[in-house]
Amino acid sequence: MRKYFFTPLLLISAILINPKSDFSFELKGKTNLHVENAGLKLPAGFSASALADSVGRARHIVVTKKGALYIKLSKLVNGKGILYAKDTDADGKIDEIKSFGNYIGTGITIKDGYLYASSNDEVFRYALDENEELIKPDAPEKIISGLINGRQHNTKSLVLDDKGNIYVNVGSPSNSCQEIDRGVGSNGKDPCPILDSAGGIWQFSADKLNQSYKDGVRYATGLRNVMGLDWNYQINELFVIQHGRDQLDMFPEHFTAQQNAVIPAEEMFMIKKGVNCGWPYCYFDVQQNKKVLAPEYGGDGKKTTRCEGVEQPVVAFPAHAAPNALLFYTGNMFPGKYKNGAFVAFHGSWNRSPEKQEGFYVAFVPFKGGKPSGPWEIFADGFAGVETVMSPKQAMHRPCGLAQGPDGALYVSDDVKGTIYKIVYKNN
Amino acid sequence: MKKIILFLPVCLVTFTAFDSVTVDKATMERGKRVYTQYCLACHQIDGGGVPGLNPPLEKTPHVLGSKTKLIQIILKGMNTHEEIDGEIYNNTMAPHNHLTDQQIADVLTYIRNSFGNKAVPITPGDVKYVRARTK
Repeated sequence: MRKYFFTPLLLISAILINPKSDFSFELKGKTNLHVENAGLKLPAGFSASALADSVGRARHIVVTKKGALYIKLSKLVNGKGILYAKDTDADGKIDEIKSFGNYIGTGITIKDGYLYASSNDEVFRYALDENEELIKPDAPEKIISGLINGRQHNTKSLVLDDKGNIYVNVGSPSNSCQEIDRGVGSNGKDPCPILDSAGGIWQFSADKLNQSYKDGVRYATGLRNVMGLDWNYQINELFVIQHGRDQLDMFPEHFTAQQNAVIPAEEMFMIKKGVNCGWPYCYFDVQQNKKVLAPEYGGDGKKTTRCEGVEQPVVAFPAHAAPNALLFYTGNMFPGKYKNGAFVAFHGSWNRSPEKQEGFYVAFVPFKGGKPSGPWEIFADGFAGVETVMSPKQAMHRPCGLAQGPDGALYVSDDVKGTIYKIVYKNN
Repeated sequence: MKKIILFLPVCLVTFTAFDSVTVDKATMERGKRVYTQYCLACHQIDGGGVPGLNPPLEKTPHVLGSKTKLIQIILKGMNTHEEIDGEIYNNTMAPHNHLTDQQIADVLTYIRNSFGNKAVPITPGDVKYVRARTK
Protein backbone atom coordinates (compact mmCIF):
# COMPACT_ATOMS: atom_id res chain seq x y z
CA MET A 1 0.00 0.00 0.00
CA ARG A 2 2.76 2.40 0.98
CA LYS A 3 4.45 1.86 -2.37
CA TYR A 4 1.34 3.02 -4.27
CA PHE A 5 0.91 5.98 -1.98
CA PHE A 6 4.32 7.33 -2.86
CA THR A 7 4.15 6.80 -6.62
CA PRO A 8 2.21 10.04 -7.37
CA LEU A 9 4.59 12.00 -5.15
CA LEU A 10 7.58 10.62 -7.04
CA LEU A 11 6.02 11.51 -10.37
CA ILE A 12 5.20 15.03 -9.25
CA SER A 13 8.71 15.60 -7.95
CA ALA A 14 10.18 14.20 -11.16
CA ILE A 15 8.18 16.74 -13.15
CA LEU A 16 9.23 19.57 -10.85
CA ILE A 17 12.88 18.58 -10.95
CA ASN A 18 12.95 18.29 -14.72
CA PRO A 19 11.60 21.53 -16.14
CA LYS A 20 12.53 20.53 -19.70
CA SER A 21 9.84 17.86 -19.84
CA ASP A 22 6.12 18.36 -19.97
CA PHE A 23 5.87 15.17 -18.03
CA SER A 24 8.30 12.63 -16.77
CA PHE A 25 8.97 9.22 -18.19
CA GLU A 26 10.68 6.62 -16.16
CA LEU A 27 13.15 5.01 -18.57
CA LYS A 28 13.48 1.82 -16.60
CA GLY A 29 15.62 -0.35 -18.80
CA LYS A 30 14.30 -3.48 -17.19
CA THR A 31 13.45 -5.41 -20.34
CA ASN A 32 15.66 -4.42 -23.18
CA LEU A 33 17.82 -1.41 -22.73
CA HIS A 34 20.89 -3.29 -21.59
CA VAL A 35 20.43 -6.54 -23.46
CA GLU A 36 22.68 -7.15 -26.46
CA ASN A 37 21.04 -5.68 -29.59
CA ALA A 38 18.05 -4.85 -27.40
CA GLY A 39 17.01 -8.48 -27.77
CA LEU A 40 16.84 -8.38 -31.59
CA LYS A 41 18.33 -10.80 -34.09
CA LEU A 42 19.89 -8.96 -37.04
CA PRO A 43 22.01 -9.71 -40.10
CA ALA A 44 25.82 -9.65 -39.65
CA GLY A 45 27.24 -6.15 -39.22
CA PHE A 46 24.04 -4.66 -37.81
CA SER A 47 23.39 -3.81 -34.20
CA ALA A 48 20.43 -2.44 -32.30
CA SER A 49 19.80 -0.51 -29.12
CA ALA A 50 16.70 0.64 -27.27
CA LEU A 51 16.51 4.43 -26.96
CA ALA A 52 13.59 4.15 -24.55
CA ASP A 53 11.44 1.30 -23.31
CA SER A 54 8.23 2.68 -21.87
CA VAL A 55 6.97 5.66 -23.84
CA GLY A 56 3.40 4.35 -24.29
CA ARG A 57 1.56 2.80 -27.24
CA ALA A 58 4.04 3.98 -29.86
CA ARG A 59 2.50 3.67 -33.32
CA HIS A 60 4.05 5.44 -36.31
CA ILE A 61 7.19 7.49 -35.81
CA VAL A 62 9.26 10.01 -37.75
CA VAL A 63 12.81 11.23 -37.16
CA THR A 64 13.76 14.89 -37.65
CA LYS A 65 16.84 16.09 -39.49
CA LYS A 66 18.40 16.67 -36.05
CA GLY A 67 17.73 13.08 -34.97
CA ALA A 68 14.80 13.74 -32.62
CA LEU A 69 11.62 11.66 -32.81
CA TYR A 70 7.95 12.41 -33.10
CA ILE A 71 5.96 9.43 -31.81
CA LYS A 72 2.21 9.02 -32.36
CA LEU A 73 0.40 7.22 -29.54
CA SER A 74 -2.77 5.13 -29.73
CA LYS A 75 -3.52 5.76 -26.07
CA LEU A 76 -3.17 9.15 -24.41
CA VAL A 77 -0.45 9.62 -21.82
CA ASN A 78 -1.26 12.44 -19.42
CA GLY A 79 -3.89 13.60 -21.89
CA LYS A 80 -1.51 13.85 -24.84
CA GLY A 81 -1.19 11.75 -27.99
CA ILE A 82 2.11 12.83 -29.60
CA LEU A 83 5.58 12.76 -28.09
CA TYR A 84 8.63 14.76 -29.12
CA ALA A 85 11.59 12.76 -27.85
CA LYS A 86 15.26 13.71 -27.82
CA ASP A 87 18.56 12.29 -26.73
CA THR A 88 20.10 15.60 -25.62
CA ASP A 89 23.43 14.24 -24.34
CA ALA A 90 23.94 11.77 -27.21
CA ASP A 91 24.36 8.75 -24.92
CA GLY A 92 21.95 6.63 -26.96
CA LYS A 93 19.02 7.06 -24.57
CA ILE A 94 16.06 9.40 -24.86
CA ASP A 95 16.30 11.83 -21.98
CA GLU A 96 13.85 14.57 -22.83
CA ILE A 97 10.23 14.08 -23.83
CA LYS A 98 7.64 16.72 -24.52
CA SER A 99 4.06 15.93 -25.40
CA PHE A 100 1.24 17.63 -27.27
CA GLY A 101 -1.92 16.86 -29.27
CA ASN A 102 -4.98 15.69 -27.31
CA TYR A 103 -5.93 12.89 -29.73
CA ILE A 104 -5.01 9.27 -30.19
CA GLY A 105 -4.04 7.89 -33.60
CA THR A 106 -1.38 6.21 -35.70
CA GLY A 107 -0.28 8.33 -38.67
CA ILE A 108 2.61 10.80 -38.43
CA THR A 109 5.10 12.14 -40.96
CA ILE A 110 7.20 15.19 -41.84
CA LYS A 111 7.25 16.91 -45.21
CA ASP A 112 8.58 20.29 -46.32
CA GLY A 113 8.47 22.13 -43.01
CA TYR A 114 5.33 20.58 -41.57
CA LEU A 115 4.58 17.74 -39.21
CA TYR A 116 1.42 15.85 -40.27
CA ALA A 117 -0.45 13.72 -37.72
CA SER A 118 -3.80 11.95 -37.73
CA SER A 119 -6.47 11.08 -35.23
CA ASN A 120 -8.80 8.27 -36.28
CA ASP A 121 -10.95 10.64 -38.37
CA GLU A 122 -8.93 13.83 -38.93
CA VAL A 123 -5.55 15.01 -40.19
CA PHE A 124 -3.68 17.95 -38.65
CA ARG A 125 -0.46 19.72 -39.53
CA TYR A 126 1.97 21.70 -37.43
CA ALA A 127 4.48 24.23 -38.78
CA LEU A 128 8.11 23.36 -37.99
CA ASP A 129 11.13 25.61 -37.59
CA GLU A 130 14.52 25.07 -39.26
CA ASN A 131 15.36 22.35 -36.69
CA GLU A 132 12.03 20.65 -37.34
CA GLU A 133 10.79 21.63 -33.90
CA LEU A 134 7.21 22.75 -33.37
CA ILE A 135 6.48 26.46 -33.59
CA LYS A 136 2.99 26.26 -32.05
CA PRO A 137 2.37 22.81 -30.59
CA ASP A 138 -1.08 23.77 -29.37
CA ALA A 139 -2.30 25.37 -32.60
CA PRO A 140 -2.31 22.82 -35.41
CA GLU A 141 -4.14 23.42 -38.68
CA LYS A 142 -6.90 20.91 -39.34
CA ILE A 143 -6.56 19.95 -42.98
CA ILE A 144 -8.98 16.98 -43.21
CA SER A 145 -11.94 15.91 -41.09
CA GLY A 146 -14.96 13.62 -41.19
CA LEU A 147 -13.17 10.46 -42.34
CA ILE A 148 -14.95 7.22 -41.49
CA ASN A 149 -13.99 5.87 -38.10
CA GLY A 150 -15.63 2.49 -37.81
CA ARG A 151 -13.44 1.33 -34.94
CA GLN A 152 -12.19 -1.68 -36.92
CA HIS A 153 -9.35 -0.56 -39.19
CA ASN A 154 -9.75 3.04 -38.11
CA THR A 155 -6.14 4.20 -38.24
CA LYS A 156 -5.34 6.92 -40.77
CA SER A 157 -1.82 6.35 -42.09
CA LEU A 158 -0.28 9.20 -44.06
CA VAL A 159 2.28 9.90 -46.72
CA LEU A 160 2.95 12.85 -49.05
CA ASP A 161 4.36 13.15 -52.55
CA ASP A 162 6.46 15.97 -53.99
CA LYS A 163 3.52 17.72 -55.60
CA GLY A 164 1.69 18.91 -52.49
CA ASN A 165 -0.62 15.91 -52.14
CA ILE A 166 -1.27 13.90 -49.01
CA TYR A 167 -2.45 10.27 -49.20
CA VAL A 168 -4.61 8.95 -46.36
CA ASN A 169 -5.78 5.41 -45.75
CA VAL A 170 -9.43 4.95 -44.87
CA GLY A 171 -9.82 1.33 -43.76
CA SER A 172 -13.01 -0.67 -44.11
CA PRO A 173 -15.01 -0.96 -40.90
CA SER A 174 -15.49 -4.72 -41.39
CA ASN A 175 -13.66 -7.89 -42.30
CA SER A 176 -15.30 -8.66 -45.62
CA CYS A 177 -18.39 -6.43 -46.03
CA GLN A 178 -20.77 -9.19 -44.87
CA GLU A 179 -24.45 -8.66 -44.01
CA ILE A 180 -23.42 -9.68 -40.48
CA ASP A 181 -19.79 -8.70 -39.94
CA ARG A 182 -17.73 -11.77 -38.99
CA GLY A 183 -20.90 -13.90 -38.96
CA VAL A 184 -20.60 -17.57 -39.86
CA GLY A 185 -21.84 -18.07 -43.43
CA SER A 186 -23.07 -14.48 -43.81
CA ASN A 187 -23.00 -13.30 -47.43
CA GLY A 188 -21.27 -10.16 -48.63
CA LYS A 189 -23.25 -7.02 -49.39
CA ASP A 190 -23.23 -6.69 -53.17
CA PRO A 191 -22.13 -4.16 -54.19
CA CYS A 192 -20.24 -3.39 -51.01
CA PRO A 193 -21.69 0.04 -50.08
CA ILE A 194 -18.82 1.23 -47.93
CA LEU A 195 -16.40 1.53 -50.85
CA ASP A 196 -17.55 5.08 -51.61
CA SER A 197 -16.04 6.34 -48.37
CA ALA A 198 -13.72 3.60 -47.02
CA GLY A 199 -11.67 0.61 -48.13
CA GLY A 200 -9.20 2.71 -50.09
CA ILE A 201 -6.64 5.50 -50.23
CA TRP A 202 -7.82 9.10 -50.51
CA GLN A 203 -5.74 11.95 -51.93
CA PHE A 204 -6.09 15.48 -50.56
CA SER A 205 -4.17 18.74 -50.81
CA ALA A 206 -1.51 19.00 -48.14
CA ASP A 207 -1.98 22.74 -47.65
CA LYS A 208 -5.74 23.26 -47.81
CA LEU A 209 -7.63 23.59 -44.54
CA ASN A 210 -10.88 21.89 -43.53
CA GLN A 211 -11.15 19.39 -46.37
CA SER A 212 -13.64 16.54 -46.30
CA TYR A 213 -14.45 13.69 -48.70
CA LYS A 214 -15.85 16.09 -51.32
CA ASP A 215 -12.46 17.85 -51.56
CA GLY A 216 -10.51 14.61 -51.92
CA VAL A 217 -10.08 11.98 -54.61
CA ARG A 218 -10.51 8.25 -54.08
CA TYR A 219 -7.02 7.44 -55.33
CA ALA A 220 -7.31 3.64 -54.94
CA THR A 221 -10.11 1.30 -53.90
CA GLY A 222 -10.58 -2.32 -52.89
CA LEU A 223 -8.10 -2.07 -50.03
CA ARG A 224 -9.44 -3.59 -46.83
CA ASN A 225 -7.05 -1.76 -44.54
CA VAL A 226 -3.67 -0.20 -45.15
CA MET A 227 -1.40 0.81 -42.32
CA GLY A 228 1.93 0.75 -44.13
CA LEU A 229 2.30 3.13 -47.04
CA ASP A 230 5.23 5.07 -48.46
CA TRP A 231 6.11 7.15 -51.46
CA ASN A 232 8.78 5.63 -53.71
CA TYR A 233 10.81 8.60 -54.96
CA GLN A 234 12.81 6.47 -57.38
CA ILE A 235 9.79 6.02 -59.61
CA ASN A 236 7.41 8.55 -58.03
CA GLU A 237 4.68 6.09 -57.14
CA LEU A 238 2.70 5.24 -54.03
CA PHE A 239 3.20 1.82 -52.45
CA VAL A 240 0.94 0.31 -49.81
CA ILE A 241 0.60 -2.94 -47.88
CA GLN A 242 -2.84 -4.27 -47.16
CA HIS A 243 -3.96 -6.11 -44.05
CA GLY A 244 -5.60 -9.03 -45.82
CA ARG A 245 -8.86 -10.61 -44.83
CA ASP A 246 -9.49 -12.77 -41.75
CA GLN A 247 -11.63 -15.81 -41.05
CA LEU A 248 -12.06 -17.68 -44.35
CA ASP A 249 -13.26 -20.51 -42.12
CA MET A 250 -16.51 -18.64 -41.47
CA PHE A 251 -17.39 -20.74 -44.52
CA PRO A 252 -16.54 -24.19 -43.15
CA GLU A 253 -17.92 -25.95 -46.22
CA HIS A 254 -14.95 -24.54 -48.17
CA PHE A 255 -12.20 -23.75 -45.66
CA THR A 256 -10.73 -25.28 -42.52
CA ALA A 257 -9.19 -23.18 -39.76
CA GLN A 258 -5.81 -24.47 -40.91
CA GLN A 259 -6.44 -23.22 -44.47
CA ASN A 260 -7.55 -19.85 -43.16
CA ALA A 261 -4.32 -19.68 -41.18
CA VAL A 262 -2.09 -19.78 -44.26
CA ILE A 263 -3.99 -18.83 -47.42
CA PRO A 264 -5.04 -15.13 -47.59
CA ALA A 265 -1.90 -13.06 -48.23
CA GLU A 266 -0.84 -9.71 -46.89
CA GLU A 267 -0.32 -7.92 -50.23
CA MET A 268 2.04 -5.11 -51.20
CA PHE A 269 0.79 -3.01 -54.12
CA MET A 270 2.15 -0.29 -56.31
CA ILE A 271 -0.75 2.13 -56.52
CA LYS A 272 -1.45 4.08 -59.66
CA LYS A 273 -4.37 6.47 -59.53
CA GLY A 274 -7.69 4.69 -59.94
CA VAL A 275 -6.60 1.10 -59.27
CA ASN A 276 -8.89 -1.48 -57.68
CA CYS A 277 -7.12 -4.00 -55.45
CA GLY A 278 -10.11 -6.31 -55.12
CA TRP A 279 -11.44 -6.22 -51.54
CA PRO A 280 -14.01 -7.46 -50.53
CA TYR A 281 -14.71 -9.55 -53.63
CA CYS A 282 -11.25 -11.07 -54.07
CA TYR A 283 -8.28 -12.05 -51.97
CA PHE A 284 -4.83 -13.32 -52.91
CA ASP A 285 -4.22 -17.02 -52.24
CA VAL A 286 -0.52 -17.51 -51.43
CA GLN A 287 -0.64 -21.22 -52.29
CA GLN A 288 -2.24 -20.82 -55.73
CA ASN A 289 -0.38 -17.53 -56.23
CA LYS A 290 -3.44 -15.75 -57.63
CA LYS A 291 -6.52 -13.72 -56.76
CA VAL A 292 -9.61 -15.81 -56.03
CA LEU A 293 -13.25 -15.02 -55.33
CA ALA A 294 -14.14 -14.50 -51.65
CA PRO A 295 -16.57 -17.01 -50.10
CA GLU A 296 -18.90 -14.15 -49.09
CA TYR A 297 -19.46 -13.62 -52.83
CA GLY A 298 -19.84 -17.24 -53.87
CA GLY A 299 -16.18 -18.26 -53.88
CA ASP A 300 -15.13 -21.80 -53.05
CA GLY A 301 -11.38 -21.29 -52.87
CA LYS A 302 -10.98 -21.94 -56.63
CA LYS A 303 -13.32 -19.63 -58.58
CA THR A 304 -11.70 -16.51 -59.95
CA THR A 305 -14.75 -14.72 -61.38
CA ARG A 306 -14.80 -11.00 -60.59
CA CYS A 307 -11.04 -11.08 -60.02
CA GLU A 308 -9.80 -10.59 -63.57
CA GLY A 309 -8.42 -7.10 -64.04
CA VAL A 310 -8.00 -6.62 -60.31
CA GLU A 311 -4.64 -5.14 -59.31
CA GLN A 312 -2.02 -7.82 -58.58
CA PRO A 313 0.33 -7.54 -55.61
CA VAL A 314 4.03 -6.89 -56.19
CA VAL A 315 4.80 -9.01 -53.10
CA ALA A 316 2.60 -11.51 -51.23
CA PHE A 317 3.51 -11.97 -47.56
CA PRO A 318 2.32 -14.67 -45.11
CA ALA A 319 -1.33 -14.55 -44.10
CA HIS A 320 -2.44 -12.40 -41.17
CA ALA A 321 1.09 -11.18 -40.29
CA ALA A 322 -0.22 -7.59 -40.01
CA PRO A 323 2.05 -5.19 -41.92
CA ASN A 324 1.81 -2.00 -39.86
CA ALA A 325 4.48 0.11 -41.55
CA LEU A 326 6.32 0.40 -44.88
CA LEU A 327 9.51 2.37 -45.46
CA PHE A 328 11.64 2.72 -48.57
CA TYR A 329 15.24 2.99 -47.40
CA THR A 330 17.06 5.88 -49.01
CA GLY A 331 19.93 6.23 -46.53
CA ASN A 332 23.64 5.59 -46.99
CA MET A 333 24.47 3.82 -43.75
CA PHE A 334 23.27 0.33 -44.72
CA PRO A 335 25.01 -1.84 -47.37
CA GLY A 336 24.11 -1.25 -51.02
CA LYS A 337 21.56 -4.05 -51.24
CA TYR A 338 19.25 -2.11 -48.91
CA LYS A 339 19.26 1.12 -50.91
CA ASN A 340 15.76 1.89 -52.23
CA GLY A 341 14.47 -1.40 -50.86
CA ALA A 342 11.42 -1.73 -48.64
CA PHE A 343 11.32 -2.41 -44.91
CA VAL A 344 8.03 -3.71 -43.55
CA ALA A 345 7.10 -3.85 -39.86
CA PHE A 346 4.90 -6.87 -39.16
CA HIS A 347 2.92 -6.36 -35.98
CA GLY A 348 2.14 -10.10 -35.78
CA SER A 349 -0.98 -12.14 -36.36
CA TRP A 350 -3.91 -13.28 -34.23
CA ASN A 351 -5.98 -15.26 -36.74
CA ARG A 352 -3.72 -18.26 -37.38
CA SER A 353 -4.94 -20.84 -34.92
CA PRO A 354 -4.28 -23.81 -34.95
CA GLU A 355 -0.89 -22.72 -36.37
CA LYS A 356 1.52 -20.59 -34.35
CA GLN A 357 1.14 -16.84 -34.82
CA GLU A 358 3.24 -15.20 -37.55
CA GLY A 359 5.01 -11.86 -37.86
CA PHE A 360 6.50 -9.87 -34.97
CA TYR A 361 9.48 -8.99 -37.18
CA VAL A 362 10.74 -6.36 -39.61
CA ALA A 363 11.07 -7.75 -43.13
CA PHE A 364 13.08 -6.45 -46.07
CA VAL A 365 12.31 -6.57 -49.81
CA PRO A 366 15.14 -5.64 -52.21
CA PHE A 367 14.03 -3.28 -55.01
CA LYS A 368 15.57 -2.29 -58.33
CA GLY A 369 14.05 0.41 -60.47
CA GLY A 370 10.89 0.47 -58.35
CA LYS A 371 10.29 -3.28 -58.60
CA PRO A 372 11.07 -6.07 -56.13
CA SER A 373 14.34 -7.63 -57.28
CA GLY A 374 14.44 -10.70 -55.05
CA PRO A 375 12.56 -12.62 -52.39
CA TRP A 376 11.66 -10.90 -49.14
CA GLU A 377 13.55 -11.84 -46.00
CA ILE A 378 13.32 -11.30 -42.27
CA PHE A 379 15.61 -8.41 -41.33
CA ALA A 380 15.02 -7.90 -37.61
CA ASP A 381 13.47 -10.63 -35.47
CA GLY A 382 13.09 -11.33 -31.79
CA PHE A 383 10.69 -8.53 -30.84
CA ALA A 384 8.28 -11.03 -29.28
CA GLY A 385 10.93 -12.17 -26.80
CA VAL A 386 9.67 -15.76 -27.01
CA GLU A 387 10.43 -18.46 -29.56
CA THR A 388 6.80 -19.28 -30.40
CA VAL A 389 3.78 -17.02 -30.08
CA MET A 390 0.53 -18.98 -29.90
CA SER A 391 -1.56 -16.13 -28.44
CA PRO A 392 -0.66 -12.51 -29.33
CA LYS A 393 -0.57 -11.51 -25.68
CA GLN A 394 2.58 -13.61 -25.31
CA ALA A 395 4.54 -11.17 -27.50
CA MET A 396 6.50 -8.81 -25.26
CA HIS A 397 7.06 -6.28 -28.06
CA ARG A 398 5.36 -5.82 -31.43
CA PRO A 399 6.90 -3.70 -34.20
CA CYS A 400 4.50 -1.02 -35.41
CA GLY A 401 6.28 2.02 -36.86
CA LEU A 402 9.40 2.59 -38.98
CA ALA A 403 11.50 5.68 -39.61
CA GLN A 404 14.84 6.53 -41.14
CA GLY A 405 17.25 8.81 -39.30
CA PRO A 406 19.36 11.53 -40.93
CA ASP A 407 22.41 9.27 -40.50
CA GLY A 408 20.63 6.39 -42.26
CA ALA A 409 19.80 4.43 -39.09
CA LEU A 410 16.48 2.57 -38.99
CA TYR A 411 14.11 3.26 -36.08
CA VAL A 412 11.38 0.83 -35.03
CA SER A 413 8.60 1.50 -32.53
CA ASP A 414 6.84 -1.08 -30.34
CA ASP A 415 3.27 -0.45 -29.21
CA VAL A 416 3.14 -3.03 -26.42
CA LYS A 417 5.72 -1.69 -24.00
CA GLY A 418 6.67 1.47 -25.84
CA THR A 419 10.21 0.57 -26.80
CA ILE A 420 11.97 2.65 -29.46
CA TYR A 421 14.69 0.68 -31.25
CA LYS A 422 17.51 2.10 -33.32
CA ILE A 423 19.22 -0.25 -35.78
CA VAL A 424 22.62 0.72 -37.20
CA TYR A 425 25.21 -0.83 -39.49
CA LYS A 426 28.88 -0.76 -38.64
CA ASN A 427 31.25 -1.32 -41.49
CA ASN A 428 34.16 -3.14 -39.91
CA MET B 1 -35.60 -37.26 6.43
CA LYS B 2 -36.82 -33.79 7.33
CA LYS B 3 -33.38 -32.99 8.61
CA ILE B 4 -31.78 -33.99 5.35
CA ILE B 5 -34.14 -31.87 3.27
CA LEU B 6 -33.41 -28.85 5.44
CA PHE B 7 -29.73 -29.54 5.30
CA LEU B 8 -29.49 -29.70 1.50
CA PRO B 9 -30.24 -26.04 0.68
CA VAL B 10 -27.77 -24.96 3.35
CA CYS B 11 -25.20 -27.12 1.66
CA LEU B 12 -25.89 -25.58 -1.74
CA VAL B 13 -25.64 -22.04 -0.44
CA THR B 14 -22.37 -22.79 1.25
CA PHE B 15 -21.14 -24.49 -1.87
CA THR B 16 -21.79 -21.38 -3.98
CA ALA B 17 -20.59 -18.90 -1.42
CA PHE B 18 -17.21 -20.57 -1.12
CA ASP B 19 -16.91 -20.64 -4.86
CA SER B 20 -15.56 -24.14 -4.90
CA VAL B 21 -17.18 -24.91 -8.21
CA THR B 22 -16.85 -28.33 -9.73
CA VAL B 23 -18.07 -28.94 -13.23
CA ASP B 24 -18.39 -32.40 -14.64
CA LYS B 25 -15.75 -33.47 -17.10
CA ALA B 26 -18.15 -34.21 -19.93
CA THR B 27 -19.56 -30.66 -19.87
CA MET B 28 -16.05 -29.20 -19.93
CA GLU B 29 -15.09 -31.40 -22.86
CA ARG B 30 -18.20 -30.46 -24.84
CA GLY B 31 -17.64 -26.80 -23.98
CA LYS B 32 -14.06 -26.98 -25.15
CA ARG B 33 -15.16 -28.38 -28.51
CA VAL B 34 -17.59 -25.48 -29.03
CA TYR B 35 -14.92 -23.01 -27.89
CA THR B 36 -12.37 -24.44 -30.32
CA GLN B 37 -14.78 -24.23 -33.24
CA TYR B 38 -16.41 -20.85 -32.67
CA CYS B 39 -14.44 -18.81 -30.12
CA LEU B 40 -10.77 -19.72 -30.11
CA ALA B 41 -9.81 -17.86 -33.30
CA CYS B 42 -10.55 -14.50 -31.70
CA HIS B 43 -10.31 -15.14 -27.95
CA GLN B 44 -7.22 -17.35 -28.36
CA ILE B 45 -6.14 -20.69 -26.94
CA ASP B 46 -5.36 -19.15 -23.54
CA GLY B 47 -8.48 -16.95 -23.38
CA GLY B 48 -6.13 -13.97 -23.49
CA GLY B 49 -7.87 -12.27 -26.41
CA VAL B 50 -6.00 -9.88 -28.70
CA PRO B 51 -4.91 -6.49 -27.34
CA GLY B 52 -6.95 -3.73 -28.94
CA LEU B 53 -9.11 -6.16 -30.95
CA ASN B 54 -10.72 -9.06 -29.11
CA PRO B 55 -11.39 -8.93 -25.35
CA PRO B 56 -9.79 -11.43 -22.98
CA LEU B 57 -11.96 -13.92 -21.12
CA GLU B 58 -9.70 -14.15 -18.09
CA LYS B 59 -11.37 -12.92 -14.93
CA THR B 60 -13.40 -10.21 -16.62
CA PRO B 61 -16.71 -9.10 -15.13
CA HIS B 62 -18.45 -10.08 -18.38
CA VAL B 63 -17.45 -13.70 -17.97
CA LEU B 64 -17.70 -14.05 -14.20
CA GLY B 65 -20.66 -11.73 -13.60
CA SER B 66 -24.31 -11.85 -14.66
CA LYS B 67 -25.29 -15.09 -16.38
CA THR B 68 -28.02 -13.28 -18.31
CA LYS B 69 -25.67 -10.66 -19.76
CA LEU B 70 -23.13 -13.31 -20.69
CA ILE B 71 -25.75 -15.45 -22.45
CA GLN B 72 -26.96 -12.34 -24.28
CA ILE B 73 -23.45 -11.64 -25.59
CA ILE B 74 -23.50 -15.07 -27.27
CA LEU B 75 -27.04 -14.58 -28.62
CA LYS B 76 -26.71 -10.97 -29.79
CA GLY B 77 -22.98 -10.59 -30.35
CA MET B 78 -21.07 -7.58 -29.05
CA ASN B 79 -20.25 -4.33 -30.72
CA THR B 80 -20.25 -1.90 -27.81
CA HIS B 81 -16.51 -1.27 -27.68
CA GLU B 82 -16.75 -0.55 -23.97
CA GLU B 83 -13.64 -0.40 -21.85
CA ILE B 84 -12.63 -3.60 -20.12
CA ASP B 85 -10.01 -3.04 -17.43
CA GLY B 86 -8.86 0.17 -19.13
CA GLU B 87 -8.61 -1.30 -22.63
CA ILE B 88 -10.89 -0.83 -25.62
CA TYR B 89 -11.43 -3.70 -28.06
CA ASN B 90 -12.37 -2.77 -31.61
CA ASN B 91 -13.39 -5.99 -33.35
CA THR B 92 -17.02 -6.97 -33.83
CA MET B 93 -18.41 -10.17 -32.36
CA ALA B 94 -21.21 -11.57 -34.52
CA PRO B 95 -24.33 -13.05 -32.89
CA HIS B 96 -23.96 -16.78 -32.24
CA ASN B 97 -27.68 -17.52 -31.84
CA HIS B 98 -27.34 -20.47 -34.21
CA LEU B 99 -25.77 -22.44 -31.36
CA THR B 100 -28.14 -24.69 -29.39
CA ASP B 101 -29.05 -24.05 -25.74
CA GLN B 102 -26.86 -27.01 -24.84
CA GLN B 103 -23.87 -25.70 -26.84
CA ILE B 104 -24.15 -22.22 -25.32
CA ALA B 105 -24.49 -23.64 -21.81
CA ASP B 106 -21.50 -25.90 -22.36
CA VAL B 107 -19.21 -23.23 -23.82
CA LEU B 108 -20.10 -20.63 -21.19
CA THR B 109 -19.61 -23.15 -18.41
CA TYR B 110 -16.28 -23.99 -20.01
CA ILE B 111 -15.02 -20.39 -20.19
CA ARG B 112 -16.32 -19.67 -16.68
CA ASN B 113 -14.13 -22.51 -15.46
CA SER B 114 -11.03 -22.16 -17.64
CA PHE B 115 -8.21 -19.59 -17.99
CA GLY B 116 -8.08 -19.17 -14.21
CA ASN B 117 -11.84 -18.54 -13.96
CA LYS B 118 -14.16 -20.17 -11.48
CA ALA B 119 -17.88 -19.52 -11.56
CA VAL B 120 -21.08 -21.51 -11.31
CA PRO B 121 -22.12 -23.42 -14.42
CA ILE B 122 -24.71 -22.19 -16.87
CA THR B 123 -27.45 -24.68 -17.73
CA PRO B 124 -29.36 -25.20 -20.98
CA GLY B 125 -32.40 -24.08 -18.96
CA ASP B 126 -30.69 -20.74 -18.19
CA VAL B 127 -30.01 -20.25 -21.92
CA LYS B 128 -33.55 -21.23 -22.90
CA TYR B 129 -34.98 -18.72 -20.41
CA VAL B 130 -32.77 -15.86 -21.64
CA ARG B 131 -33.21 -16.74 -25.32
CA ALA B 132 -37.01 -16.59 -24.95
CA ARG B 133 -36.70 -13.07 -23.53
CA THR B 134 -34.02 -11.77 -25.91
CA LYS B 135 -34.93 -10.08 -29.14
